[in-house]
Amino acid sequence: MMSLKQHSVLPGFGLTMGFTLFYLGLIVLIPLAGLLLKSATISWSQFFAAVTEPQVVASYKITFGASLVAASINAVFGLAVAWMLVRYSFPFKNVVDAMVDLPFAMPTAVSGIALTAIYAPTGWIGRWLDPMGIKVAYTPLGIMVALTFIGLPFVVRTLQPAMEDMDKEIEEAAASLGATRRQTFIRVIFPTIMPALLTGFALAFARALGEYGSVVFISGNLPMKTQIVPLMIMTKLEQYNYAEAAAIGVVALGASFVVLLFINLIQWWSRRYAA
Amino acid sequence: MIIRCNAAFVPYCVVLVAFAAFCGCARDAGPELLNVSYDPTREFYKEYNQAFVEHWSKESGKPLNIRMSHGGSGKQARSVIDGLEADVVTLALAFDVDAIRRKAGLMPDDWQSRLPHNSAPYTSTIVFLIRKGNPKQIKDWNDLVKADVSVITPNPKTSGGARWNYLAAWGYVLKTELGDLARLHDPDAADAVADAHSKAKEFIHEIYQHVEVLDTGARGSTMTFVQRGIGDVLLAWENEAFLSIHELGPDKFEIVVPSISILAEPSVALIDKVADKHGTREIAEEYLKHLYSTEGQTLAAKHYYRPRNPQGVPEKYMKRFTDVKLFTIDDVFGGWEKAQAEHFDDGGVFDQIYKP
Repeated sequence: MMSLKQHSVLPGFGLTMGFTLFYLGLIVLIPLAGLLLKSATISWSQFFAAVTEPQVVASYKITFGASLVAASINAVFGLAVAWMLVRYSFPFKNVVDAMVDLPFAMPTAVSGIALTAIYAPTGWIGRWLDPMGIKVAYTPLGIMVALTFIGLPFVVRTLQPAMEDMDKEIEEAAASLGATRRQTFIRVIFPTIMPALLTGFALAFARALGEYGSVVFISGNLPMKTQIVPLMIMTKLEQYNYAEAAAIGVVALGASFVVLLFINLIQWWSRRYAA
Repeated sequence: MIIRCNAAFVPYCVVLVAFAAFCGCARDAGPELLNVSYDPTREFYKEYNQAFVEHWSKESGKPLNIRMSHGGSGKQARSVIDGLEADVVTLALAFDVDAIRRKAGLMPDDWQSRLPHNSAPYTSTIVFLIRKGNPKQIKDWNDLVKADVSVITPNPKTSGGARWNYLAAWGYVLKTELGDLARLHDPDAADAVADAHSKAKEFIHEIYQHVEVLDTGARGSTMTFVQRGIGDVLLAWENEAFLSIHELGPDKFEIVVPSISILAEPSVALIDKVADKHGTREIAEEYLKHLYSTEGQTLAAKHYYRPRNPQGVPEKYMKRFTDVKLFTIDDVFGGWEKAQAEHFDDGGVFDQIYKP
């Protein structure tokens, strides 16, 4: 660390580094280490049996599938929202801008109950969808709706600064060199905001994986059909089976880690490609 | 020594002062009692605590402060196991209280026999809440599996109340098959008993085919049924069903009491190690004992719990409770620990219903 310090021109490296390590250790690493230790109190075969139970496997599929769909939806429509907020000015723009943050601010249970009330067969939207044979609440579709709701701000808020930083000149140059609007978007704008879009996607995805509060209200929690991974952890805890709950937690953590790593690799690769 | 007052230290000073102020506030007059309870007892204990504080200060001349914590029964038990310093717990089922003994050893093995009636001063049972006029003609357990009936009950893996629902339905089949539940303990009837159990399993299987939403807790199911308008019948605690009708008007819902149901015994217990540490054993013991007094029983009945000693409880409260044949979990299922392992633990009977 000493040698690192010497290379830095800014003062205060030692203090901030020490604080960062202490803080991350206290807030992130110690709880995670506890999770690993707890899951290590059972044997490998028990661990394996717990994390490969049919109901648990079904819940991985639901959680990862719905999170992926929700994050993808947000990537597309979040991009449109961010685009509109950055590029145009219109009355009450600030209000619309602030509305994007609502899913951040609302207690998740409140959003879950609100979404269920709206999408249940008797709700405002559900009553129109129900005759068409579309059931949202208490189906995997409902889970996706809830996860899309909570993930939206992550995409919009990471895209906005990247879009604002974009130089108008580049687009003008592209246009004056004869690029069509379509070409300008695909070849010039999109590569620039791609890293931010991927980050937003990754954040929304990671957030969706761990979401419990809003989903349990809208999902219906039917075994094999609409049980999410955090609910499986809760059912283990209800049986006072801390070790197996931790085991599922470790698997979920490992899987999200791999996914995030993968996305970071793409990002790194796309940056290199862009440069 | 001079303390150099640097701007950078200001936030720390603020935190320290705030912390000191917080500690100061926590020091209050008189001893304090923490009662960790489950969700539907909120209104009952609010009133009981007031009554008990009055009772206690009259007896001892000392002030007393009672704090409450409410939540799902299992979650509350886990909080106590993980270190929430409850002097007493008043949970939904003996299984959760016993978990505190098994996992944390905070009280002796015989906790349940220290107070009368299995340490359950008030009881409840499982009834049906149906829509006004009973459009689907639901009168007893076997009506739940009629073709067009939709049933609402929480997930027994996460909800204590749902476990009572499940066991009540199971007991109904045993009763109809055997005629008399006493035959369960008759060695000569072993074949008939085994047969009845497999019939019960089929019946439970069929009921859950009529369930399209499994909320995580009893309150969630009540909301699904009452607010969302989903389902024809809600399997509910009697006290929750009464509360729904009381809050939402008797013009929308009715209670149907089935021919037989389970005696739900929400258990109360002193957490010895915590109470001894706080020096509150005497108060805590009296707090629980007073639940059995006429005053405690009357308040329980007022909040729709069935009192254990109805003598002295005003008739206006008692007449709410329909007479119904009730069986206990110890009698029919051999206690919570056994029922939990057989039916609700992973791989148990409930999981088999949803086996692909």
